[in-house]
Amino acid sequence: MMERRLLREPEQGWTAKLWQISWGYVLLLCLLAAVGYVALYAAGNGPDAYANRQALRFAVALGLMLAIALIDIRLIARLAWPLYGVGLALLVLVLRYGHVGKGAQRWLEIGGLQLQPSELMKIFLVLALAHWFHRAAWERVGNPLFLLPPALAILLPMALILKEPNLGTALITGMVGASVLLAAGVRLWKFALLAVLAGIAAPLAYHHLHDYQRARITTFLHPETDPLGAGYNIIQSKIALGSGGLWGAGFQQVSQSQLNLLPERQTDFIFTILAEQFGLVGGVCVIALLGMIVLGGFAVALRCTHPFGRLVALGIATNFCLYALVNIAMVMGAIPVGGVPLPLVSHGGSAMLTTMIGFGILMSVHVHRDVEFPDQRD
Amino acid sequence: MKRDTKRTTVFTRRALLIAGVEVAALGALAAKLYQVQVIDGRRYALLAHTNRISPRLLAPPRGRILDRDGTPVAANQTNWRALLMVEQTRDIAATLDRFATLVPLADHERARIEREIGRHRRFIPVTLRDFLDWEEMARIEVNAPDLPGVSIDVGATRRYPFDDSLAHVVGYVAPPSEDDQGDDPILALPGMRVGRAGIEKFHEAVLRGHAGVQQLEVNAAGRVIRELDRQDGTPGAELGLTIDSALQQAVLSRLGDESASAVVLDARNGEVLAMATNPSFDPALFNAGVSQAQWVEWTNSRRTPLINKAVAGLYAPGSTFKMTVALAGLEARSLTPTDRINCPGHLDIGDTRFHCWRRGGHGLLDLRGGLKNSCDVFFYEVARRTGIDTIAAMAKRLGLGVKLDIELPEARSGLVPTRAWRRAHGHPWNLGDTIVHGIGQGFLQLTPLQLATMAARLATGRAVQPHLTRSIDGVAQPGATADFWPSLGLPEASLDHVREGMWAVVNEPGGTAPLARLAGPQQLAGKTGSTQVRRVSREAREHGFKSENLPWEFRPHALFVAFAPYDAPQYAVSVVVEHGNAGAAAAAPMARDIMAATLERDPSNRAPPPGPRLAQGPKLP
Repeated sequence: MMERRLLREPEQGWTAKLWQISWGYVLLLCLLAAVGYVALYAAGNGPDAYANRQALRFAVALGLMLAIALIDIRLIARLAWPLYGVGLALLVLVLRYGHVGKGAQRWLEIGGLQLQPSELMKIFLVLALAHWFHRAAWERVGNPLFLLPPALAILLPMALILKEPNLGTALITGMVGASVLLAAGVRLWKFALLAVLAGIAAPLAYHHLHDYQRARITTFLHPETDPLGAGYNIIQSKIALGSGGLWGAGFQQVSQSQLNLLPERQTDFIFTILAEQFGLVGGVCVIALLGMIVLGGFAVALRCTHPFGRLVALGIATNFCLYALVNIAMVMGAIPVGGVPLPLVSHGGSAMLTTMIGFGILMSVHVHRDVEFPDQRD
Repeated sequence: MKRDTKRTTVFTRRALLIAGVEVAALGALAAKLYQVQVIDGRRYALLAHTNRISPRLLAPPRGRILDRDGTPVAANQTNWRALLMVEQTRDIAATLDRFATLVPLADHERARIEREIGRHRRFIPVTLRDFLDWEEMARIEVNAPDLPGVSIDVGATRRYPFDDSLAHVVGYVAPPSEDDQGDDPILALPGMRVGRAGIEKFHEAVLRGHAGVQQLEVNAAGRVIRELDRQDGTPGAELGLTIDSALQQAVLSRLGDESASAVVLDARNGEVLAMATNPSFDPALFNAGVSQAQWVEWTNSRRTPLINKAVAGLYAPGSTFKMTVALAGLEARSLTPTDRINCPGHLDIGDTRFHCWRRGGHGLLDLRGGLKNSCDVFFYEVARRTGIDTIAAMAKRLGLGVKLDIELPEARSGLVPTRAWRRAHGHPWNLGDTIVHGIGQGFLQLTPLQLATMAARLATGRAVQPHLTRSIDGVAQPGATADFWPSLGLPEASLDHVREGMWAVVNEPGGTAPLARLAGPQQLAGKTGSTQVRRVSREAREHGFKSENLPWEFRPHALFVAFAPYDAPQYAVSVVVEHGNAGAAAAAPMARDIMAATLERDPSNRAPPPGPRLAQGPKLP
């Protein structure tokens, strides 16, 4: 039955699909990457240290994104659960064979090696959840038994990521999953119940946190207690932001962040450099650009005719937004440091690649927004 | 279809809700950014532009070194010095010129300063001048506005309260070289010193400590506004030595003007109670930098003041080796305690004649008599019967010709030859070689510390290792008790025969070292040795050769090894007097007096066991 319907649909050629891509959206992504180039240029005191390599990475990732955009969204849907399985397997592999560095070294490496499977996992989780709710009749969404598998599908990777241990990414994973569930129509009171349970569990969880994670929370609450240790980055970041003022110190001007006073400036604290050199105006422009990209994702979701695409687009846009929120809040000292990069801006290949894979799928939703994609079993 | 519409409506509503929340969150971020950058920004901008937070490393105080009674033998004293923060001065040359008008700088000092400015990172201060007096400090302070980046700082410098008497053991510190600075960034700090010799060098890692960090708020002119935060470094650990510094001084003074060294060990556990080398040097001179003239004087001296002769001086052991040969013979059963060997005054091997020191010979002697009279022919014969490799194995068991576990980087292992060693050098081993090694000549090269170790092992039958470290930061180091050390595995009977021979040397009429006899009731057992540094021709020997008539550098070395009390050995001593002629005359009286002083002070039974410091103040009930 399904095959017949697919056959009836007129075949879209590659060129036709290319025209369906939202080039305006691609332009926004390129703009954000350009912002990243400028920031990395400043962080490395020239293009050679980070900026050029990052530009090359973006070019490759952009090609990959466009290629994924042309893949039929129904094929992606059919691969959703297998991909989810692959993601879980990767997480287990990281736990078994990942590096065993401790302390500060691990903190650096979270951005590079360890984050990769968990970042992919979030996209695969979105696909899997969207696939689950795609074929769910409205009434079934209310059935607790029907909600059990997706809840497990969220908790399982969360647990594995938590064990890595990477608290920040685990929480983002949970929130992304929750947003898909919310959009799929799960009743609001169920989320309220969950929130209450989480509130009860938090003090218990604190006891099971690693020392370095507790240190981050303590430092967050009182950064001045440890100005040379864990609080050093935040204080230096705040000083750099403050010295930027309204209009900024100017591109490539001598600054705190260039005096080697700010560690991790090319990765987690890249936003600090932008806001220092271009001031509040520059910082707000970057936040606005991020907001436009997020809203563009939601526009894709609302424009899509099939539930799978809608949920996928919403999940990916939310994932991106959470990343940006957590990173920027972190450099301003608004939440504990979490080792979360600013997507497409921070230096690093793995985060760049996974972000662009996500946008590729988002774009595939957009290209295939009107395809016939039956949402319920016959 | 209705259901689908419902579903789409719910999705749209909730998607808009989520999007709204996310945009609101981004908006909140922008608002927070406004607060950080504009409202609070002025405060932070001030911190960034005018009041920089400048982290400064704090040099950790170097760990003190104490003797076994807790008396400091290496300590720190305050040192006022002028520092230059390079990043805070615009024109370095002009600043240095102005500084030189206040405190004269010699050309070589200025060259050093410029070298260090080029070498160090800009936020690490460079020392302009150490050891400022009050007047110089006042001149600098008054002219501070003309000297941007110059500040007066109090640091610590190394002080050696015992001056030259412990120089070879404790060693000395000196400014780090460029090679050192790769190891640890704190070495670039002004006033940092690294151990260059002795304990200071061996325990460098323990003594150095870890740097602290000071966060200073500094204004645009480079003036320190206030200290924001301070994390004191970890001071270096305090070392407790086994040395008894009073005994050390007594031993050194007993060596007089001779070029000599003496070692006193606790025979039961290997603790080095005194290790004196004469002449010595003032270790404090290295701290500031040794002058060229001083250095030339030291290195050209025939009496080698910079060399720790106790562990790095190599001497043939002479007759002090005879106990080793005897034990090797007893162990190999080529000699029994009752074997009697005839000494006609010489031993002929092939067409070579080996003389006894006594021209007329000793007649029939057993082991006891051989040792007592130090008969050469007796030990020629024992060596001939036993063979060099067996003797060498015994020597190594007794601590001769091996690397001892002493905490002195200068310590040498010396040489006890074997057939294989000789073959490796492309020569066959001849029987004649074995014969001369029977009386401790030939290729043998041993240090006074090895001889003292041998005496201690003979006395106790345990494989004690000489060591200097008694405690680190109040934690007692292992090896303080006799049962820590394994037995040598030699039959007590064999050892007793050798000990008895050594007793007879000193305490029996006719022994070779009557001068070594102690005045009190306690008895000392010992053995003399004198070793030629130049071959004596037969012609000279027959014409009434007298070594006293030789120029100083050709006279034989004088040696003596001893342990006491004989009936319950506690201390072992070795003395080597370079070019001192006969061991019996030159070294034995020194060994006697040193042993007497040791027994009188009795350091091993006097000192309390090392442990954590007791709290000061009255005891709580």
